[in-house]
Amino acid sequence: MNRKPTWVRAVLLNLALVAACLVTLYPVLWVVKMALTPSQAFSLSANPFPETFSLSNFHDLVTATDLAGRWLFGRWLLNSIVIATATTALGVTLATTAAYAFSRFAFPGRQLGMTLFLVTQMFPGVVMAIPLYLLLDTLGLLDSMIGLTLVYATTAVPFCVWMMKGYFDTIPKDLEEAALMDGAGRWTLFTRIVLPLARPALVVTALFSFMTAWNEFILAATFLSDETAFTLPVALQRYVGDYSTEWGRFAAGAILVSTPVMALFFALQRHLVGGLTAGGVKG
Amino acid sequence: MNARACTSPATGRVMRPAAWAVAIAACCLVAPAPAGGDEATRAATEYSRTDPGTRSTADVLAAPATHPAPAPSPAPAAPPAEVRVPDAAAATSDTPTPLRLWHGYRGAEREALERLTADFTRGNPQWPIELLAVPYEAYANKLTSAIPHGNGPDVFIAAHERLGDWAESAMVAPLPDGPEWDAYFPATVEALTWKGRHYGFPLAFKSLALFVRDDLLGGRPVPTDTDALLALCRELKGRGSDTFCVAWEAGSFYHHAPWLFGFGGTIFDPDGTPKLDRPENAASIAFVRDLTRDGYLPEEPSAALVTQLFNEGRAAMVVNGPWFLGEIAQGTAFSVHALPRVSPTGMPATPFLTVEGALVSARAAHPEGAVALARFLASDGARARLQQGRQAVALAAAYDDPTIDIDPVIRRFRDQVTAAIPMPNQPVMRAVWEPASQALRKVLRGAAEPDAALASAQQAVRIATRPQPPAASPVFVLIGLSVALLAGLVYVLRRARREHAWARMRASSHAYAFLGPAAIATGVLVFVPFTVGTAVSLFSHHQGDFTYVGIANYVSILTSADYSITEPLSFWFTLVVTMLWTVANVILHVSFGLGLALLLREPWMRLRGVYRVLLIVPWAVPNYITALIWKGMFHKQFGAINGLLTWMGLEPVSWFSHFWTSFAANVATNTWLGFPFMMVVTLGALQSIPAELEEAAEVDGASRAQRFFGITLPLLKPALLPAVILGSVWTFNMFNIIYLVSGGEPDGATEILITEAYRWAFTRQEQYGYAAAYATLIFLVLLAWSMGVRRLERRPA
Repeated sequence: MNRKPTWVRAVLLNLALVAACLVTLYPVLWVVKMALTPSQAFSLSANPFPETFSLSNFHDLVTATDLAGRWLFGRWLLNSIVIATATTALGVTLATTAAYAFSRFAFPGRQLGMTLFLVTQMFPGVVMAIPLYLLLDTLGLLDSMIGLTLVYATTAVPFCVWMMKGYFDTIPKDLEEAALMDGAGRWTLFTRIVLPLARPALVVTALFSFMTAWNEFILAATFLSDETAFTLPVALQRYVGDYSTEWGRFAAGAILVSTPVMALFFALQRHLVGGLTAGGVKG
Repeated sequence: MNARACTSPATGRVMRPAAWAVAIAACCLVAPAPAGGDEATRAATEYSRTDPGTRSTADVLAAPATHPAPAPSPAPAAPPAEVRVPDAAAATSDTPTPLRLWHGYRGAEREALERLTADFTRGNPQWPIELLAVPYEAYANKLTSAIPHGNGPDVFIAAHERLGDWAESAMVAPLPDGPEWDAYFPATVEALTWKGRHYGFPLAFKSLALFVRDDLLGGRPVPTDTDALLALCRELKGRGSDTFCVAWEAGSFYHHAPWLFGFGGTIFDPDGTPKLDRPENAASIAFVRDLTRDGYLPEEPSAALVTQLFNEGRAAMVVNGPWFLGEIAQGTAFSVHALPRVSPTGMPATPFLTVEGALVSARAAHPEGAVALARFLASDGARARLQQGRQAVALAAAYDDPTIDIDPVIRRFRDQVTAAIPMPNQPVMRAVWEPASQALRKVLRGAAEPDAALASAQQAVRIATRPQPPAASPVFVLIGLSVALLAGLVYVLRRARREHAWARMRASSHAYAFLGPAAIATGVLVFVPFTVGTAVSLFSHHQGDFTYVGIANYVSILTSADYSITEPLSFWFTLVVTMLWTVANVILHVSFGLGLALLLREPWMRLRGVYRVLLIVPWAVPNYITALIWKGMFHKQFGAINGLLTWMGLEPVSWFSHFWTSFAANVATNTWLGFPFMMVVTLGALQSIPAELEEAAEVDGASRAQRFFGITLPLLKPALLPAVILGSVWTFNMFNIIYLVSGGEPDGATEILITEAYRWAFTRQEQYGYAAAYATLIFLVLLAWSMGVRRLERRPA
């Protein structure tokens, strides 16, 4: 695999990727254009490049304060970071342990359990918003970050369980069996051997959990009733009105919302690819 | 792109996407019997209904709004006890509990409101105010969930069109009669009246008017009737093929309404039944169709296009509302005028009037303060809202204030109050928007004659407003459920005994320990709400009341009772479309995701880190905006895709006029949005394949294709399959893309099951039970499908 390709092939591959990136980025250029244009109209012109350069939309969003003069953008960002991070931590923890059980143990109810986790994805999610509201209200978790985190984490868990289970299945059991012989406990085995080997899948599930919490606004807007507790997407969605939408500010916000995700992915991607050599796991 | 149609299905600012089904369960399971809340609801409602004379709302109303009685005045006649509690608490406690005010205002309107609330608290120190700006999309849902639970606001600001629902389900408190209502424009008071009672103080109103770019008219007079309009259009036509005489969102019934009324048409029969197929209504549609055919009005005119044409000087006139003021490019010279008279009838084009009111929650914690605040905002606050908030306020006297310098544009919109008619506030109106708009678009794209289109719209309205199924006894279903449960239990127990499950379960305690936390969390937060949500499918909903109807909803859906199975309204038709949609998307997602992941795996690729990050951009950017950009790219006259086709010498395509092209537009958008996820999953999964295997195969002389299909793909399968299964489940329920891109065009044919469920719940007479049955059927279809796939999965192993 480490052979140098012919340069013709290299050029062709790069061209293919550049083309893919262009198609991918073309629609996004309009988002950038709208964000940099002071007008709040939706841009339809054929030219996706900004004709003006103004940061006023970003400025409006970032400097928003409430009546008491509290700096809202900072709070929103912080809330979003806290909730998304907590969701990721909780979701991935719950999912990896469950996936490990499904992958490594034969126990009564295993098939049923797997099916039930899959089934949760089939409920048209939004059918459950009001019952969830009831439930959180009963538990006293309405209007709290904990409640929202729990909801997001359980939304993300089924996918993560399936994803992790699929990946665990591809990891040969030899290493664990050897360690078991050496007297290692199940938990040690799980944390010391299996998890490090499953790093790429952990990155995928972590990214997924993070995104689940990061972009959601309907539930957050329904459950939270304090402006300082809002997350960034809720604040962003306020630019969408019933008669018209402030597209300039919305686009600026969309860019602010997506930048951390891309930064996170950039930071994580080296674990996603090339982190593992086959030598450690002789199949 | 139809920005406005996204925020509002047909036109009516009905609540939107995702949380549609929120209300489904809400009313049924919550409103009739909120835990211990019933008493309070009634008490709060009755409080406001107390006769004038007793201390109550009437007293509060009688007191000058700026300085109502400080704290609770001694009560001459005691109102219901429940109501006095919060009052007493407010009086005795040192830190007053704030009044909660919810709104959806932005910009100048919001600033004016914030200033007014501060003013109010200055005059009434016992009532500090807690403001909350709720995103429009979540607003209606939030009210429906919060108010019955006592978590809602004391006062909320909303448009009047949902008033009927709110009043019927006792969410808003009625306000007493009195002379003060005469201070507001009668039409605005009428809009906020339901069954003879006042339900809100009118704040401001909005309606359509004619915006004119004076520079483009070249000194010609602004047309005052449609004959003059047509003459002007003929003259302006010479300016070029890419310019238009006039533009408005012709495919939206809200924007069409002025012409409908101007041609003498109407929506309702005298008895209140919607009736769309009238010759006058058809004439109004033919008028707009001819304008489009002659090139005076652009094709597929969305809100964004209308704005753009006006700003670029390519439309001399547009019909739009006051919100348009914020979208006009700086430095554009324009003026605002009344809509022209319709020459054939001599009647004025009459737009809808939308009134924003300050409504008092029936569950307000501080009813007295709430009424005082709502009243203050409407009356004393009118001048500030007019001047600072630039609202067309409902208080007539505000315009006579010599100290206020009123913008002539606002004054023009004020004059509309007598020229417009209040948008109907009865729930049945929501069954009209969708079919009426569909009929319009059908005629505009040349697919039907006006009378035929209206006849089928009438048919759709009839279906949406059909009588409720009869109430049934729950006994049979309960017995059936119990038998099924019992049978299931017996089966499981017998099987457990046969397989010595108890012993194996005891031996597997460590497995359950690993599984426990996730199982408990999902069980509580997913299965409990689901059970509750599903139960609604056995009910029928009418104006806040739920009736148990047994399996009638399912029978009606599955037998396609009111329409043939080849019509888009049929469950079976939509099911086939949904399956096509799912299969097409999953194949494309996996192909692109897998292909790119394989390219990006090559270790010698220098820039792969950069490529990888750029390629996940579609996943990272909120799809609300990117989906609309894609819709814009598919615009017939101005979209980038048709631009490309023309450049290549091909004919431009009218994407949303035909099923397959419209379907393709949806799929293209969703492929763009969905491939990054599949790519990331594949990148991760590729890591589980030892490189030696492929190298060994290469040494053995296997071709590239052989290596891929013989080694890579089979080894990827365990890690990729979950993503494919789950991806197909998500695609099956991908609401946003269908809703935002094709919106079901043409004629609802590209709807998928989840968007149909939404339509049943919100644009067809709030058939919540019916929609919940749809949701349950979606679940069952997916369950069957996944069981099939998993059987396939196990077979080769």
